[in-house]
Amino acid sequence: MSKQLILDRIRQALSTSSAEPEIPRDYRRGPAPVDLDRLVDRLVDYKAVVHRGSDISVIARQIIGAGSLVVPPGLPPEWLPSGVPARVDDRLSAADVAAADGVLTAAAVAIAETGTIVLDASPDQGRRILSLLPDLHICVLRPEQVVASVPEAVARLDPGRPLTWISGPSATSDIELNRVEGVHGPRNLHVVLWEAA
Amino acid sequence: MSTFLGMPAHAPRGVGHLRGDEPFPAAARTALANPQLRRNLEHATTTIRGKSGRVIAEVPDWQELRSAGSALKTYTMANLPRLLEQLEEKVTAAGGVVHWAADAEEANRIVTGLVRQTGEQRVIKIKSMATQEIGLNEALGEAGIDPVETDLAELIVQLGHDKPSHILVPAIHRNRSEIREIFLREMPGVDPALTDNPADLAAAARRYLRETFLSTKVAVSGANFGIAETGTLAVVESEGNGRMCLTLPETLITVMGIEKVVPAWQDLEVFLQLLPRASTGERMNPYTSMWTGVTPGDGPQNFHLVLLDNGRTAVLADEVGRSALHCIRCSACLNVCPVYERTGGHAYGSVYPGPIGAVLSPQLTGIEDNATLPYASSLCGACFDACPVKIDIPSILVHLRNQAPHPRAEKAAMAAAAYTMDRPRLYRRAQRAAKLTKLLGRRGRGLPPPLNGWVASRDLPSPPDESFRDWWRGR
Amino acid sequence: MRIALFATCLADTMFPAAAKATVHLLERLGHEVVFPVGQTCCGQMHINTGYQGQALPLVRRYVRTFEPCDVVVAPSGSCVGSVRHQHAMVARQAGDEGLAAAAEAVAGRTYELSELLIDVLGVEDVGAYYPHRVTYHPTCHSLRVLRVGDRPQRLLRRVRGLDLVELPAAEQCCGFGGTFSVKNADTSTAMLADKLQHVLETGADVCTAGDASCLMHIGGGLSRLRADVRTVHLAEILASTEVEAAR
Repeated sequence: MSKQLILDRIRQALSTSSAEPEIPRDYRRGPAPVDLDRLVDRLVDYKAVVHRGSDISVIARQIIGAGSLVVPPGLPPEWLPSGVPARVDDRLSAADVAAADGVLTAAAVAIAETGTIVLDASPDQGRRILSLLPDLHICVLRPEQVVASVPEAVARLDPGRPLTWISGPSATSDIELNRVEGVHGPRNLHVVLWEAA
Repeated sequence: MSTFLGMPAHAPRGVGHLRGDEPFPAAARTALANPQLRRNLEHATTTIRGKSGRVIAEVPDWQELRSAGSALKTYTMANLPRLLEQLEEKVTAAGGVVHWAADAEEANRIVTGLVRQTGEQRVIKIKSMATQEIGLNEALGEAGIDPVETDLAELIVQLGHDKPSHILVPAIHRNRSEIREIFLREMPGVDPALTDNPADLAAAARRYLRETFLSTKVAVSGANFGIAETGTLAVVESEGNGRMCLTLPETLITVMGIEKVVPAWQDLEVFLQLLPRASTGERMNPYTSMWTGVTPGDGPQNFHLVLLDNGRTAVLADEVGRSALHCIRCSACLNVCPVYERTGGHAYGSVYPGPIGAVLSPQLTGIEDNATLPYASSLCGACFDACPVKIDIPSILVHLRNQAPHPRAEKAAMAAAAYTMDRPRLYRRAQRAAKLTKLLGRRGRGLPPPLNGWVASRDLPSPPDESFRDWWRGR
Repeated sequence: MRIALFATCLADTMFPAAAKATVHLLERLGHEVVFPVGQTCCGQMHINTGYQGQALPLVRRYVRTFEPCDVVVAPSGSCVGSVRHQHAMVARQAGDEGLAAAAEAVAGRTYELSELLIDVLGVEDVGAYYPHRVTYHPTCHSLRVLRVGDRPQRLLRRVRGLDLVELPAAEQCCGFGGTFSVKNADTSTAMLADKLQHVLETGADVCTAGDASCLMHIGGGLSRLRADVRTVHLAEILASTEVEAAR
């Protein structure tokens, strides 16, 4: 069994070690005031489309147009755009999920400084596959879900849940080290910043 | 190399990709003769330096984050046994299975066996340094299993029957028109009207891999971080191929170097700020996936974590060199290195090129097998400044040079120089003899190797009529 | 102030003008310069080539030679870098804690020329006159080991008659790197080629730096190209006055 062998090797390697350090945590850890405009700026900078408004269903309808939607089982029903074909995920096959033109989800946390939204597979976000296969992801953010910085987001999240951090649409830097949007994940990311009516 | 059980061991020969076929200076000469490669590298590294510099300048506490990252890694190494056992316990409790691999051969055996158990003939892969290091693709191929690289750059390398040349962007040595040619030649079903527009090239990869993602039942990944406190694994990526591999298959096998463990969940707040800005020059990379064991009904229902040593314990045993294990594989040191920029990654012979490779590869294999790598640096120090976890690469290079085998003639010359320089009178006589270099002419006719390397491109200085010391005496 | 000069083996042997200029400059500023004759080499070449054991006597020699001095100056960022960041390490590796402590103490009193002038002597205008178009190459060890920052440029900007032109990609290594320049001659040459191109782009007639070694490298390349640009050590520019210029 190599476990014991490896652990023995490590202990042997560390036998001459000196003391371990204190971790200096004097970097910014928050809480800092949230600047929603900064979030919007950072999202747009990485080619997400941002909408602000109170009527999610109307905004979602404008985005999806004549397309079809797949939605997680716990999505607030009032968000569903009327007249748009929408399948609720109850263990849909991958092919069925992929067949939808778009997906509409909520989010768990967003980070203003980096333009990041985080999904944690709660009922209003659904399985990870939902936000992966359709080419359009419409993600609704409530203002209270937005934090200023990465440390504040980490503190809010539950690592026991599957987490997906999303910063703009799928992209690559693999060709000449320049960012190009649109590879395997959704090529269109629309973020709806929900504002009280 | 010690073979006693329980003693730190180097990565074995004959498997994996940590050793080159020729010494660095010879391999570099080949690379330097390729002007297209030089242009591609200069363009790409200049681009990324600019991007990275701009987003790092946005962060007012960058230096504090670097210090925290460095201290976290030092803490991790000092507590490695406890943290690895904790990680194993948490992953197991969350429904995963943990395997321990002492070296590349054992890791390949474990992964191959796990794939065989599924009965599948094909696996999809996320770009992973660890699996490249151990030569997993070759091992899978020998077992009749087809490994499909899904990262765009890895795909370019795989389709081009090429070797990776950069930690982050393995196809950095290729420009857009070369990539287009590879796709046209090697990608089944590709549109013959494909342009060299990067967006079109990315779209071609999307179409090509889509069906493979949807139909393959086993994925193999690496891991950027493994959180001991929670058993959470994290993969940082851009394209979504990682999400595909981590979400769609039934079985996920993750190969992770033992040094990638991170003590606590909270610690990600440091690394997730350092890595993207230092690496792709983004405030945050497009996608980061985190999972803890198995989530019923969501993602792979069989999860295996393979913890890999393969020489890491040998690195750990060297108190000066061990901080090479702190590397988070951002590749910032490659992008700022004037040597890397001119030779590219292939010259280093190992999957770990550039400054970090020059300190990591010889320590993983034992210095005898990569004896020229610690010298593949002018010690300019740009790598140390760029490193997000403050690895003092120049100091480790110097430390390894002290362990490297030395050419006999050099040894004799160095001994003679040290002897002379410790005897001021002898030294003064030698200084006067320096005037004799005039006889060589400024082109240094007749100089023996390696000194003739100097005069291939540089004139010798004209020796002065008198040394400073003689002038001072006569004042 | 009484200042001990560490000439460095390279300047002492091959580029005495840099060391002489350091003497003239400091004397002109009203200081006394001494030259402890026991000095030879800091041992950097041995350390950086992998011969720490052979460097040990050279480290010991440096420490013993300069231990009695209050302030030591060297016209080399690289050699001062070795004194400050490597000497104690070499002593410790050899198990000589006493030497390590002494090395640290002497290193704390050893300065590169631009550091001495600005931090210790508190002068930026050294009263120099140098009517030339000059570009400055910030050598790696001055920049990233000693962190001299813009001290050399601050000194150069106060030199009368001097037209300081910025060097493109100035912070990139020239490719010297000590024995790197012969062990990896091809790569070193490729790095040098880019540096030379940048120097030529400036249209300067003088390329200066704080290290004779990098200047030897750049100068060797310029000479091979038969380019009309001279390499001159920073100390020589700062030592220059109307008297020298008239000669």
